[in-house]
Amino acid sequence: MSRYTDKDILDIAAQRILLLDGAMGTMIQQHKLNEEAYRGEQFKDWHCDIKGNNDLLSITQPELIYDIHCQYLAAGADIIETNTFNATTISMADYDMQAHSRAINIAATRLARKAADEFTAQTPEKPRFVAGVIGPTSRTASISPDVNDPGKRNVTFDELVEAYTESCEALIEGGADIIMIETIFDTLNAKAASFAVEVAFDNQNIRLPVMISGTITDASGRTLSGQTAEAFYYSMRHIKPVSFGLNCALGPDLLRQYVEEISNVSECLVSAHPNAGLPNEFGEYDMEGPEMAEHIEEWAESGLVNIVGGCCGSTPEHIEALANAVAGKAPRVVKKLEPKMRLAGLEPFVH
Amino acid sequence: MSAEFSSFINIGERTNVTGSAKFKRLILEGDYETALDVARQQVENGAQIIDINMDEAMLDAVQAMQTFLNLIASEPDISRVPIMIDSSKWEVIEAGLKCVQGKSIVNSISLKEGEELFLKQARLIKRYGAATVVMAFDEKGQADTKERKIEICQRSYKLLVEEVDFAPEDIIFDPNIFAVATGIEEHNNYAVDFIEATRVIRETCPHVHVSGGLSNISFSFRGNNPVREAMHSVFLYYAIRAGLDMAIVNAGQLEVYDEIPLELRDAVEDVILNRHADATDKLLELAPKYQGDGKALVKEDLAWRDLPVNKRLEHALVKGITDYIEEDTEAARAAADKPLHVIEGPLMDGMNVVGDLFGEGKMFLPQVVKSARVMKKAVAYLQPYIEAEKSEGTRSNGKILLATVKGDVHDIGKNIVGVVLQCNNFEVIDMGVMVPCAAILQKAKEEDVDMIGLSGLITPSLDEMVHVAKEMQRLDYDLPLLIGGATTSKAHTAVKIEQNYHAPVAYVPNASRAVGVCQKLLNTESRAIFAKELSKEYDIVRDQHARKKPRSKAITLQQARDNAYQPDFSVLPKTPNKLGVTPVSADLSVLRKYIDWTPFFLTWSLAGKYPRILSDEVVGEQAQSLFNDANAMLDTVIADGSLTAKGVMGLFPANRQEDDIVIYADESRKEVIGVAHHLRQQTQKPKGANYCLSDFVATTDSGINDYVGAFAVTAGIGEDELAKRFEADGDDYNAIMVKAVADRLAEAFAEYLHEQVRKHYWGYAPDEALDNEALIREKYQGIRPAPGYAACPEHTEKQLIWDLLDAEHHTGMKLTESYAMWPGAAVSGWYLGHPDARYFAVAKIQNDQLQDYAKRKDWDIETAARWLAPNLGD
Repeated sequence: MSRYTDKDILDIAAQRILLLDGAMGTMIQQHKLNEEAYRGEQFKDWHCDIKGNNDLLSITQPELIYDIHCQYLAAGADIIETNTFNATTISMADYDMQAHSRAINIAATRLARKAADEFTAQTPEKPRFVAGVIGPTSRTASISPDVNDPGKRNVTFDELVEAYTESCEALIEGGADIIMIETIFDTLNAKAASFAVEVAFDNQNIRLPVMISGTITDASGRTLSGQTAEAFYYSMRHIKPVSFGLNCALGPDLLRQYVEEISNVSECLVSAHPNAGLPNEFGEYDMEGPEMAEHIEEWAESGLVNIVGGCCGSTPEHIEALANAVAGKAPRVVKKLEPKMRLAGLEPFVH
Repeated sequence: MSAEFSSFINIGERTNVTGSAKFKRLILEGDYETALDVARQQVENGAQIIDINMDEAMLDAVQAMQTFLNLIASEPDISRVPIMIDSSKWEVIEAGLKCVQGKSIVNSISLKEGEELFLKQARLIKRYGAATVVMAFDEKGQADTKERKIEICQRSYKLLVEEVDFAPEDIIFDPNIFAVATGIEEHNNYAVDFIEATRVIRETCPHVHVSGGLSNISFSFRGNNPVREAMHSVFLYYAIRAGLDMAIVNAGQLEVYDEIPLELRDAVEDVILNRHADATDKLLELAPKYQGDGKALVKEDLAWRDLPVNKRLEHALVKGITDYIEEDTEAARAAADKPLHVIEGPLMDGMNVVGDLFGEGKMFLPQVVKSARVMKKAVAYLQPYIEAEKSEGTRSNGKILLATVKGDVHDIGKNIVGVVLQCNNFEVIDMGVMVPCAAILQKAKEEDVDMIGLSGLITPSLDEMVHVAKEMQRLDYDLPLLIGGATTSKAHTAVKIEQNYHAPVAYVPNASRAVGVCQKLLNTESRAIFAKELSKEYDIVRDQHARKKPRSKAITLQQARDNAYQPDFSVLPKTPNKLGVTPVSADLSVLRKYIDWTPFFLTWSLAGKYPRILSDEVVGEQAQSLFNDANAMLDTVIADGSLTAKGVMGLFPANRQEDDIVIYADESRKEVIGVAHHLRQQTQKPKGANYCLSDFVATTDSGINDYVGAFAVTAGIGEDELAKRFEADGDDYNAIMVKAVADRLAEAFAEYLHEQVRKHYWGYAPDEALDNEALIREKYQGIRPAPGYAACPEHTEKQLIWDLLDAEHHTGMKLTESYAMWPGAAVSGWYLGHPDARYFAVAKIQNDQLQDYAKRKDWDIETAARWLAPNLGD
């Protein structure tokens, strides 16, 4: 049995704007961990370099990850995301750790679970949710890796379904309340993920609320695989997500128009967790919390969003600023769409 | 088209191996690249969804479906539309579903093999996120009567909605279109059964759609396209009214219901609606009359088809008719000793007639370009035969290299010159736009050309032409050089170019002069005489130029500034409703209403004001025909989206500082985000002011909060691709037409956006109500001067507009090194809102302003002199 149904979340979201947490990677980076720290006791003899494998830290540095979750919860996050962005077998293969994918997913979910439960116990009227994160993987199912061979693919739909199913089952086992497919830049990958999520639900005889969050890569207003925000929504709404939104790639200033596009068509909650601006020439994100909060406050006032948070570059200070900015602001009212056939290529087609 | 038609979906049928012999051959041969072109054409021709079917015994259909869908994913102009994955085999459908990121349609599933399989497949389709076609087919077979069709569809609906929770709006029923008029009596009511079943299905199964394969209906009239098309139109006419809302059709081959000859329409309606027993016999009787191109027979005088072949070719060339050109060329080839003789004989004779008529002013440029299209088709037809004979190749009049110079993207004029020259049997090597000098010179050597023609539209291109001439001198070329383009002039050519190059340099004022000039230059005897004439003429021009006294006296910059225009600021400037940068877009169908047509006709060398030009005694008929073609082009690009418009505008707090306009980040007016540098008129103005654009903005120390705006718009996204496709098809006429139309749309966009700015974004004239004529005559408050034109002639200022608006980012528009905008169909400029703001020409400036401007721009004098060259005395 799941702890929460779509309806539970929708009921809370009808009262107020919910807070998502901020960046995990940015927080980990601040610790400037070395190879040894990444390896920990458990992997001290691993045969290749693993520095940078942030997902592994849920096993080798659990206190550190747990502490980051707590910082975000203290800042006001309602939903925290598991440290599993790259934990699929496909991404773990970069470190030859595909066999550990399942263990990493379970460990990460348990850490988030523990942190969330502790905060919920302190303030039972404000339940904290754990979103089990399914990332995009390092491969794309609808883009060729070779410009001279546009028909070529380095991953198939079936391979993605297999990897995602394994991750999703581990996230459920670890105790996730929600499954979140995020940072989607190729919709075909996400369709494989949503297919896998349904397979995992069937296998474990459970249904969790699903959050979908895509990435508009630049000012073209399209995903990396070329879809407009509206076409992307029509391509993914069959999973009946509890929320649909956008994250990463852009700061709030540039992301706004696409969030608005989603807000205009979405029949579920709308989420957004932008980056803290665009990276500067040193690759750092320098939009501070108050500035980000100013944008998000305006989104809230315009009735665009139900769930907000931060992606790359954001910290607990950002989340706290966002929490203050949206406190007392009315959430977006969920829309109902006319029953029409809503198809999509790269562009939407409604009939 | 009626409202019913407008909500009807065309599904492209040509990417189907069972329906298109050509597509089948391409896939079997593994020529996927050409197969992609078939898909692309479907989308271009208005297919809103494309049906893809690989069910062919000789194919691994799973493999073919995957390969083709993966390739389509890399072609945004195809994959922008949804895909219909069409197969009778489930494994092919499933393989297809694993390759498409969008929401597609499965075609199809049915109850043919029982409920269990049907439900399983429906659940999977839902999980893959697709809609589906459901055939009216069950365990007993395919539904043929009205009752069976309704029964199976209703049963399927109930199963899908109740058992699978399938969204009803994602169900498309195909109640089977079968052939009528087969001679078998039981078939006579098939169309009526379909139409009536459709009506009941739409009524009893809420939200579903109904589709069908249209071409089945007319199967018995294979080979008689006019009758088939008439049957399709009539069938659709009734079926759509009953609720058919999509169909697999060849959109390009559908007769308009109202245009079917009445006699044929009646006979077809009798058959479709099964009105009486001998309806089929009647239609069979009538059909041969419409065999072939029945429509042309009825409408057009085809008497010329009885002329001898030479005359037929001449007629086709003069009238620009391509319909029979291959047939006639083949007839001429069969009669000739060598295929080459067809070109040198009848085709060249025909083109000479065209040339004569053009010379006599009896034909106009657009017609000549159409003639060229016919000529190209004929030559293309003969080419393989000529090559097969390994003949010595055609003897052309001469070889001419054409190029738009580096930094410039404008090529309409150059393309017209190219076509006119080709019509006159010159071989033209067109290097396109933005061609660097070295590339031009190298190509000229490689191809051993007889002369070089340079074109350009913006003023910096003049310098580049001078550069090319100097390089030709330095590298010892002696090819004649032709100079053309909107900003070129006889004076510039004489003063700046001709003196730098020893071989003949000819200024060509328009396309119709090009042939004469080229012919004179090619013949060694006439070349010498012509060269002498030219240099004499240029001497006179130079002399006149040198002695030309300025019409009015120059004054110092300080004097000019003292005589600046002083507008009244007692009514404070309106604070814009929306400050900051706003990306904008516009529907071409909206922009169309804002088109100023007069310059369009000038592009084609037809002078006269629109709409009067359409009824002009001399050029009226031609202008009307051109106007119709332009509108047809507009219809097409609007329908298929092959051209798009994008723009961006911004409104900013700003104040004047001397001749500059300082632009601020926000109302605090502390952070400067840009400084626009303007030039001031510097000739004595006894009655008026010495204008500078900055005069219309309140000064920094006035304490008045003033504002300026900037914009950049294009309607040319897609123009190059579209033009190239026409060119590849030998259709220069439409290639030029695309660009001419895109240019007009860009200007229309600028006009439209300016209106939006006045009424909404800035909002100083919210109640303005002007018709297009009044807009063209600029009857509104405020101006939108464009850098590079008279009031702000210095091109590099466009960079500031680009920076302020982040224009490349928002619109994809780029600036070349000469600050030409790409795509070519583009407009950018400033918005000044003061009621007194007006256009003027800066004209000649003096050395003191040059020095001052260099300082303001932080340039050395040499750089400033280069960019201000057109405004400096010689």
